Amino acid sequence: MIGTRTAAAEAPAAYLDRYSQMLLIRLFEGEMHRLFLQGEIHGTTHLSSGQEAVPVGVCSALQPSDYVAGTYRGHGHALAKGTDPEALAAEMLGRATGVCGGRAGSMNVIDLEHGLVGCFGIVGGSIAAATGAALSAARQGRVAVAFFGDGAANQGYFHECLNFAKVLALPAVFVCENNFYGEFTPMAEVTAGGDIAARGAAYRLPVRVVDGNDLWAVRAAALEAVENARSGAGPTLLECQTYRHYGHSKWDPATYRPKDEVDNWLARDPLDRARNRLLESELEERQVAAAEKETHECIERAIAAALAAPFPDPDDDGGREFRE
Amino acid sequence: MSELEFRTAIRDALAEEIERDPTVVFFGEDVAAAGGVFKATPELHERFGPERVFDTPISELALAGAAFGAAVTGLRPVIEIMFGDFMGLPMDSLANQAAKYWYISNEQGSVPFVVRSAVGAGGRFGAMHSQAHGTWFQGIPGLKIACPSSPADAKGLLKASIRDDNPVIFLEHKRLYSVKGPEPEEELVPLGRASVVRPGSDLTLLSIMRGVPDALAAAGRLADDGIDVEVVDLRSLRPLDVDTVLDSVAKTNRLLAVEEGPRTGGWAAGVLGAVAEEGLHELDDVWTLTTSETPIPYSPSLEDAFLPDPDAIVASVTERLGISTAR
Repeated sequence: MIGTRTAAAEAPAAYLDRYSQMLLIRLFEGEMHRLFLQGEIHGTTHLSSGQEAVPVGVCSALQPSDYVAGTYRGHGHALAKGTDPEALAAEMLGRATGVCGGRAGSMNVIDLEHGLVGCFGIVGGSIAAATGAALSAARQGRVAVAFFGDGAANQGYFHECLNFAKVLALPAVFVCENNFYGEFTPMAEVTAGGDIAARGAAYRLPVRVVDGNDLWAVRAAALEAVENARSGAGPTLLECQTYRHYGHSKWDPATYRPKDEVDNWLARDPLDRARNRLLESELEERQVAAAEKETHECIERAIAAALAAPFPDPDDDGGREFRE
Repeated sequence: MSELEFRTAIRDALAEEIERDPTVVFFGEDVAAAGGVFKATPELHERFGPERVFDTPISELALAGAAFGAAVTGLRPVIEIMFGDFMGLPMDSLANQAAKYWYISNEQGSVPFVVRSAVGAGGRFGAMHSQAHGTWFQGIPGLKIACPSSPADAKGLLKASIRDDNPVIFLEHKRLYSVKGPEPEEELVPLGRASVVRPGSDLTLLSIMRGVPDALAAAGRLADDGIDVEVVDLRSLRPLDVDTVLDSVAKTNRLLAVEEGPRTGGWAAGVLGAVAEEGLHELDDVWTLTTSETPIPYSPSLEDAFLPDPDAIVASVTERLGISTAR
C-alpha cells in the first residue's frame, strides 16, 4: 500500500482547496440525504460520504480537459471534476436548471463541459466509457479515468476493458473504489481470490493498492498513473480502499456491517485526516475554519437556488429523439 | 455499365469516409489484417494504417463500450460486431449508454457511431449465427437501424450512417455480399426513408435486405399472372418510414410484408399495425409472410423450408388472392 507521506512537496494552500472539495462533497451528500428523506429527491440515491478522498485525489492529478467516467455513486465524481454544485443539486431535484435539465437524475449525470462523459447506473459501465474516451484521449494528449466499485470487478466490462485498454496501450486510469461491499454483500464473499489489484496484475497493468481515505496517498498514486498514461505507457489500475458512511442506497441502514468495522473506518474518516494533516503543516486553524465556512455557504446557496428553480415544463421540453 | 458488388460497396463506403473525415476510425475482430471474415473490409488497414483501422480482442462489450466512449469525446467510430447474433453481448452499451445519451444529457452531446454486422439465414450457419437483430433494437428510442438490400443503397446508407450524429445499427445480409448491382446515383441514401423499387398497382410487397430481391423476383413472376406488384424497400427499421408504405397502399389497397424472422415481435407486424392505424380506409387486405416461431435450423432441407423465398412469396400471394397460376 502506498504510504501517506510520499506525495511530492506542494504548497499547503493547494491541499486546503482539495480539503474544501472533499468537504463540499460531504456536505452535498448530507443535503441529498436530507432532501431525499423530505421527499424532494425521487427514486433513489447513492451517497459517497466517506469516499471523498478518492475522486478529489484522482481529479487533482488531472487537467480540466481530461475525461472522467463515474458511477451511480457519482456525486463526488462530478463535483471533483468541476460540476457546479447548484446544477448538480438541481438535477437531483429534477429541476430544469439541472446539469442535464432534469432528464438524467442521480445515477446518470453527464457534464461534458467539465469532461465528465457520464455517470453510469449499471455496474461497470464507466469502465467502458473511459476506455472509449481513452481512444479519443490518445489522439488529443489527454487521459481518461474510470471510477468504479469493487462490485464492478466481477463484471465483464472490467475484464474486457482492462484487456482491451492494455493491448491497445490506451491512456486510461482505472480507479476501483473498493468500499468492501457490493450493495449489501461483503466483497470478499463474492470475489474469488478476494484481491482486485491482482486481477489487474494478471493483465500486466501496473497496479497500486492505495489507502483511499488518505488524500495525499490517492493523489500520489494518481499522479504516477496519469503521467504513465499521458506518456504513452498505457493504463494503470488503482485499488483505492475506502468505506461508505451511508448504506448502499436510500433507506438502507447498512445493518449488515459489523459495528467494530464501522467504528474502525469512521475513526479513519478522510476528512478528519486531511484536516489534521493541514494543521500539521504551516496552515492555521483560522485559515482552515475560514475555508470551511466558505464551503458551507457555497452549499447553502446551491441548495437554496436549486430548490427555487422550476421543474421542466412537459409542454415546452421539446425532447427530440435524434440530433439533427 | 459498371456493376458494384455489395461487399465492395461496404469497403468503398468505409474507405471514402475514412479518407474524408480524420475522426472516423474502424475497428473490430479480424477486420484489419484479415479484411473481415466476409471479406468486406480488405486493404483498409494497409491503406489507412493502424491508427484508423485496427483489430481488437474478441470482446464485444468492450468493443461497443469503447466505440461509445470514443464517440462522445470526438471520434466517429465504425465497429464490426461480426455476426448480428453476437449483439446480445454489447446490449448494455448500445441500448443504455449510447441510445439514451443525446436525450438524457439534455442534448449536451450525441453518439456518432456505426455498428456493422453480418446477419441473416441461408448460409447453413445454424441458430446462433443466422439471426437478424434489427427487431431486437427497433423498440429503443435513440437508435437508428439501417438494412440495405442493394449495393448502391449499402454504400449510400453506410456513408450516411457514418456522417449521422446518432448511433446507427447497420445490418448486412450474408446472402447479399456477393450480389452485384448498379453503381449509386446519389452519394448518400437518407436514413429512415423507404424506397419504391418497383412500381405497381395491385399489391404492395414490403421487405428489407434479402427479402427485396426475393420480392422483385416474385413480382416478375406474378406479372406473368397479370398481377401488377409494387415493391417497397423499407431500408431502415428506425426511424420507420410509414408514410411511403401508406402512399403505396393508397394505390394498391393490398399489402404483404415479407420478413425473415418470426411474426411475433417482428417489424412486419409493427408496420401492419401502423398502416391499420393510419390507413385502414385504404386497405382491402393486409398480411405477413414470416418464418415459423422456432430458432433457425441448420440442415439445408430444414433451413430452405424455413426461409421465405420467391416461391413462397408467389404462393402466398396467389393463395391469398384466390388466383390459380399459369404454372
